[in-house]
Amino acid sequence: MTDNVLVEIDNVSKSFPGVKALDSVSLNIFSGEVHVLIGENGAGKSTLIKILTGVYQKDSGKVRFKDKEVNFQTPRQAMQEGISVIHQELSLIPDLTVADNIFLGREKAKGQFLEKAFMQNKTKEILDSLELNIDPNIKVENLNTAQRQMVEIARSVSWGSSLVIMDEPTSSLSEKEVKSLFNIILKLKKENVGIVYISHRLKEIPEIGDRVTILRDGKIVKTLLEKESNEKKLISLMVGREIKDYYHFKKKDKKEEKVKVLEINNLTHEPYFRSLSFFLNQGEILGIAGLMGAGRTELLRAIFGVDLFHKGEIFLQNNKVKFNHPDKAIKNKIGFITEDRREQGLLLDKSVIENISLPVIKFKANRGFIDKNWEKQVSQQFKKKLQIKTPSIYSDVKNLSGGNQQKVIIARWLAAESDILLLDEPTRGIDVNAKAEIYALMNDFVNNGGSILMVSSELPEILGVAHRIIVMRKGELSGTLTREEATEEKVMHLAALK
Amino acid sequence: MIREEQQRMNPKRIKFGDYGLVITFIIICIFISIMTPRFLLPQNIRNIMIQISINALIATGMSFVILTGGIDIGVGSVAALAGIVVTAICKGFPEASIFFYIIIGLLVSLVVGLLCGGFNALVITKFNVHPFIATLGMLSIARGFAFVYTGSKPIFGLPDSFGWIGQGYIGPIPVLVLIMIIVLSLAHIFLNKTVLGRYVYAVGSNEEVAELNGINVAKIKFLVYILSGILSSLAGVCLASRLISGQPAAATGYELNAIAAVVMGGISMTGGKGKIWNTIMGLLTIGVINNGMSLMRVSSYWQTIVMGFIIVAAVCIDQYKVKKA
Repeated sequence: MTDNVLVEIDNVSKSFPGVKALDSVSLNIFSGEVHVLIGENGAGKSTLIKILTGVYQKDSGKVRFKDKEVNFQTPRQAMQEGISVIHQELSLIPDLTVADNIFLGREKAKGQFLEKAFMQNKTKEILDSLELNIDPNIKVENLNTAQRQMVEIARSVSWGSSLVIMDEPTSSLSEKEVKSLFNIILKLKKENVGIVYISHRLKEIPEIGDRVTILRDGKIVKTLLEKESNEKKLISLMVGREIKDYYHFKKKDKKEEKVKVLEINNLTHEPYFRSLSFFLNQGEILGIAGLMGAGRTELLRAIFGVDLFHKGEIFLQNNKVKFNHPDKAIKNKIGFITEDRREQGLLLDKSVIENISLPVIKFKANRGFIDKNWEKQVSQQFKKKLQIKTPSIYSDVKNLSGGNQQKVIIARWLAAESDILLLDEPTRGIDVNAKAEIYALMNDFVNNGGSILMVSSELPEILGVAHRIIVMRKGELSGTLTREEATEEKVMHLAALK
Repeated sequence: MIREEQQRMNPKRIKFGDYGLVITFIIICIFISIMTPRFLLPQNIRNIMIQISINALIATGMSFVILTGGIDIGVGSVAALAGIVVTAICKGFPEASIFFYIIIGLLVSLVVGLLCGGFNALVITKFNVHPFIATLGMLSIARGFAFVYTGSKPIFGLPDSFGWIGQGYIGPIPVLVLIMIIVLSLAHIFLNKTVLGRYVYAVGSNEEVAELNGINVAKIKFLVYILSGILSSLAGVCLASRLISGQPAAATGYELNAIAAVVMGGISMTGGKGKIWNTIMGLLTIGVINNGMSLMRVSSYWQTIVMGFIIVAAVCIDQYKVKKA
């Protein structure tokens, strides 16, 4: 790390009507360092980033970039000066090729004609310099999430950015892909690029960060060197207190008789997965580990009746079932929490109450008429029980924070009186506090006789929460581990190598 | 970020969008009544209500379709076809009672609506054709049948009693206006109180989420296109009764008026957002504008131009709202 200051944020404040989103924040970012920003949702991370990149304008204070005071009015301005952002929601155009995307908005052209060959060669150069094995001529829609992210990074490199801001870059990557992302970050560091890295995954910090800044309620709590930090300390700084028993795990009583509530036999859905056989006991959280593309999401979709499967059997309480529509699964008291909350989980422009009652209003209906009393009562009940932070049950869910949105979805399936929950990455993009609450809810659920099948790419989460873990690799079952025998190394070994 | 969100969620903030159209409507009314005092005569107000009633039936079906995120531009042709079918049948029973004509009218609406709407929905759901194209096909097909069957000549020679639906009164209230009120009320109940109504919104809001929550999206689409077909056919029957004849060229361009009413009322073209109340306000506004222009002797060609601009403006406002949200 060289000690030349790349960005100097000096006493910056930003208010929104009635709220101080940033309160006299001062922070330096050096060239060639990875500066991790952490904080709960609402701590001010996003506001700070948006001021740096010209989305918002600060109320007071100064920002100096490369020793020059700057005041960007638009993101494009910031990008031209050398500040780029890799967003959580990727901003590539799927229909265009990698090269087209990298040159989007500043295409090289002779007159009205694009110089395709030039752009392709240039793209190849950039990709090679990052040691990325991606074809510049392939359409982005054919790339997986990790590769798309790499393309975004390549794009910011191509702009010659000297500050790259990464907003939860690893939230949708598998452990292996995270490794290659980190390699690229190291390369950028060597070229003296400053990196601001926002993450909810505290485990990553020792691996990648040089310094960590903790934000809380719009103020900087502390900036630490990486070596001074540890997970517990960071969490307590973030939330202002220590969270005890993060995963809320409760050991099962050994004497309890095990009842198989769900049994999967030789299930096959080419090309996603094949010959899967396993079972889920009552009162158990069964974790499904594996890399992205291992077929885990598709497995849940097949069980829930979203996708059909070719071969195999599903037994529910020892009865053979085959759902041809989610409707049937819901009738059999199964709930499905998808990984993409915004696109597949919620009706964003609808209210909390409508989102909670959605799958079961028809079962509670009276001759086709909605039972509005039931709907209201059950929504109020779960708003209170799950402590969903919303002004009212009639507010649109799109205005809630990620953690509260996820609670709305959980409330939905609790209101549906589900016996089995299929969870796909249940805590993605959610802050630490909300994560802990969701783990508590999951434990509550299984302690009251429910059972959970949980797909997760976060190893600490799966190790912390699950009673048993099955590992999938390229559509096949590569192993089953009990809670006691599971370690990160063993799971990774089963998921990746073999 | 939560804080910013709380700002946005502040329920006390009044949005202009909620009342904008009501205010616009009142301003238009004041303007027209200053220009032509005849505007506020009870006779004229009754005329306006009769004039919007047929559009109201079509616009109600259109509201359902647009709420699911679709569109139905074949409504005018379907109305014309239903008008031909009902007049062709009723012509064969010149001595029958009003009651008989009503029953035939309802049956024709159901059958024609079911066939045309069902066909639209089949093409849209099974073959994944965009609703605009699918119903564009229906616009041509239904109109074509109307012309082929009649040999492009109007069907005349119906008894006066056939005109009761379109011209009659129950007490002081025109039958057409009564039908409109019943249809709008049922539509309101359907959308607000029933499970299927809720599903219409869910499908328009996010089809994938709807499907994953056990809603049969294809079934809901069949429902809305069939309802749109039935209501368009009913409108066609009412129009035929009003004219006491079957005109193969009837209801041309009615899709424009219906879409204008729905969108101008504030139902979002992207689906999922809006109430029947919006459609009613759109109908009233357009009805008043048309009536005002007629009273001020603006030529009907100019009225068409104005209507076109109104639609474009309404969609622009809708897009602006979507972008802001």
